[in-house]
Amino acid sequence: MDAEALAGVVDRVINRYRRDPTCMLQILREIQEACDWVPPEAIDRMQAMLGVPRTKIEGVAGFYSFIYTEPRGKYRVLFSDNITDRMQGNRALMERLCSNLWVERGKVSEDGLVSVGKTACTGLCDQGPGMLVNNYAIAGLSLERIDEIAELIRNKVPLTDWPPAYFKIEDNIRRADVLLNADFKPGEALLAARARAPSDGLNASNTRSWREGLPSGIGGPGATLDEIKRSGLRGRGGAGFTTGLKWEACRNAQLKAGHQRIVVCNADEGEPGTFKDRVLLSKCPDLVFEGMTVAAYAIGATRGFVYLRGEYRYLLDHLNAVLANRRRENLLGKDICGLPGADFDIEIHVGAGAYVCGEESALIESLEGKRGTPRNRPPFPVTNGYLDQPTIVNNVETFAAAALIALKGGEWYAGIGTKQSAGTKILSVSGDCARPGIYEYPFGVSVRQVLEDCGATDTQAVQVSGPSGICVAENEFDRVIGFEDLPTAGAFTIFNKSRDMFEVARNYVHFFQHESCGFCTPCRVGTSLLKNLMDKLHYGSGSPYDFAEIEKLNQLLQAMSHCGLGHTACNPVLDTIAKFRPAYDKRMMQQDFTPAFNLDRELSAARQMTGRDDAAAHLATEHGGQS
Amino acid sequence: MSHTFTLDGKVVPFVDGQTIIQAASAAGVFIPHLCYHPEFKPHGSCKLCTVKVNGRHTASCTMRAAPGMVVESETEEINAERRALTQMLFVEGNHFCPSCEKSGNCQLQATAYHLGMMSAHYDHFFPNRAVDASHPDFLLDFNRCILCSLCVRASRDVDGKNVFALSGRGIKTHLIVNAKSGQLADTDFTLDDKAAQVCPVGVILKKRQGFAVPIGERKYDKAPISETAESTEGR
Repeated sequence: MDAEALAGVVDRVINRYRRDPTCMLQILREIQEACDWVPPEAIDRMQAMLGVPRTKIEGVAGFYSFIYTEPRGKYRVLFSDNITDRMQGNRALMERLCSNLWVERGKVSEDGLVSVGKTACTGLCDQGPGMLVNNYAIAGLSLERIDEIAELIRNKVPLTDWPPAYFKIEDNIRRADVLLNADFKPGEALLAARARAPSDGLNASNTRSWREGLPSGIGGPGATLDEIKRSGLRGRGGAGFTTGLKWEACRNAQLKAGHQRIVVCNADEGEPGTFKDRVLLSKCPDLVFEGMTVAAYAIGATRGFVYLRGEYRYLLDHLNAVLANRRRENLLGKDICGLPGADFDIEIHVGAGAYVCGEESALIESLEGKRGTPRNRPPFPVTNGYLDQPTIVNNVETFAAAALIALKGGEWYAGIGTKQSAGTKILSVSGDCARPGIYEYPFGVSVRQVLEDCGATDTQAVQVSGPSGICVAENEFDRVIGFEDLPTAGAFTIFNKSRDMFEVARNYVHFFQHESCGFCTPCRVGTSLLKNLMDKLHYGSGSPYDFAEIEKLNQLLQAMSHCGLGHTACNPVLDTIAKFRPAYDKRMMQQDFTPAFNLDRELSAARQMTGRDDAAAHLATEHGGQS
Repeated sequence: MSHTFTLDGKVVPFVDGQTIIQAASAAGVFIPHLCYHPEFKPHGSCKLCTVKVNGRHTASCTMRAAPGMVVESETEEINAERRALTQMLFVEGNHFCPSCEKSGNCQLQATAYHLGMMSAHYDHFFPNRAVDASHPDFLLDFNRCILCSLCVRASRDVDGKNVFALSGRGIKTHLIVNAKSGQLADTDFTLDDKAAQVCPVGVILKKRQGFAVPIGERKYDKAPISETAESTEGR
């Protein structure tokens, strides 16, 4: 791309984002979509047009895995590397593509055409192995498909001309309940929310400040909030904070001059093994957007965001079309449903490969166009969120449920599920089972029931709620999904008895190490130390001493880390040590000392340089290459 | 309005808005820290200043003091955790104290002594980091960077220059400078910048001053960091 064309691209993108530095990440992302990377000259121009220092732009660009400040090829292939992708054979597929294209893993091909690397779970576990090509998702890879893709890349066929079937992502809804079965007409929930109030004093109550607000239970917004509280709805992102309390705290937060309340939908579904938000957004986006609008109505918010994970870029155009339609139908925009002063609109921001942005304060930082580092709290987002304004951040599923509650009432919803966990939960079922996909259950369903329904046999373990969740062993299969027992953001990853639970834990540890934001010392260094320990065990150099080290690291990360990522990074290791100790024991080659250095492994660079991997290129030893 | 909380049993007064570390240091109580500096907005990233407040771990540089708080700091448990964090910082970078110009003036080294750190404990990462000697008056030795971001804050908030920033993520987080070339010489960094004075370790070094004060006669050679009143200030 020549200088003039580049300038044209940068100007167009920046102007479209109103020269607003808070849209920095979106600007970087769109420049990259046009230029294949973010060249230094683009940063020159951003610097001039946005009036921000170069360090700020480079600092932001450097944080996100999917933003490249060095060329990564016209085709940027990233294989999803979740444990389920591995179980489905992604390694062999990646090697095949690399050898087809004469490219080294992680590097750019000599001709600058293509790079092949790996990335964290792309949310296609039910139809993996998955990959992203220039951030567009392709599912259900096979050797055959890989060969075809190599051919397309070699022939420089533009991505838009690739067979559309490649990009088909299935919803795979296997069990639907109140949410996924909802026969819902856009606008219904809003009309119901409005109808909950007596007609007097209703108009414009949406924009009333907290001081002017009508007492709870009288005005439409108050009545709606009461229904949410009555429903017992708790956050579906995993932490389970009571939605009604969050909304109320935001509604009651004092507004500073020029400020407004903000509703944010967290669609940064990054927990490995979770893909229910993908399906909710593809199957019932109106329900989600309506839930956001109900929230806006209840708390008096005027601006909304959806933070969509970069891996779901393929959903963006469709979602924008749904939003446009809602504006046409007066379900968004000014005077929604004819209510004077009920103004609310939603814009979608797309992430760029950073799991930590699923943490609400990191998400807000990212929305502000910054590095996605979790904030110091207090203050909390409900009082000081997006650009210091009162903000609620809720999960996609929470908003979908809120829309239904506005429509059918809190009592109806509270009657579903268990006493402490009202409603239903959508599970993303993947791994070793006959029917992976989406299963919606009332809370209180047992692990055993889910396993039965999805056709899992010979099950060794289930990772509930992903790496930061709980690993459930066979003797615990009668435990139930719910905040009182097994809280979950939705991941339900099944491992049969042929799987090595140590390797499962090691995959998760690599994930945390890759996704640590690097802000605080314990998580930044601790996750790397943990990764090194797990690799040491993997290579057969572990000793019982390492268990004590892991335990010490766990205590340190739990006590000292800045956010949940560090707090939970050791969970998969501790769980599997406690429940699947033999998987670790068999790796203990030494009982007495800890060889940190493996001579044969150190020769791997020499082997790679000479293209050899035969027996003579290895040190022959008795203990699997122990030196 | 003045209130009090207890710190290791000692009653410490504070005024509204003060953080725990501010109140402690006003009362003459030392809490180990690296990324905290009284002149700058707290960052809360190094976690060395972590204390227990009513039994819960929290960074004392970002936590506001509240009446009646029960704060623990100098306990066996917390100091062991601080020591482990210090060890992490040592293995993450390349810290060779005996040959470092900052030795004796280095807060990381002094903190390690204070906490009784006898070894690095963990395996060293030995990262490969380039040195930037482009600037006529300064040398940047990134090998010693502990990502405290004091230079970032000083340059941004005091000097108004944004010479420094953090880029990258996770273990690849690193300091960058404000130039297309990536070289300090191509920035407007100067000797009188606040950012030139605040590095707690040996990253930002003035040229032609190497070993002007002999090792053994430097700040923390004379008194431990806990007794050095101005320990949080730059040199």
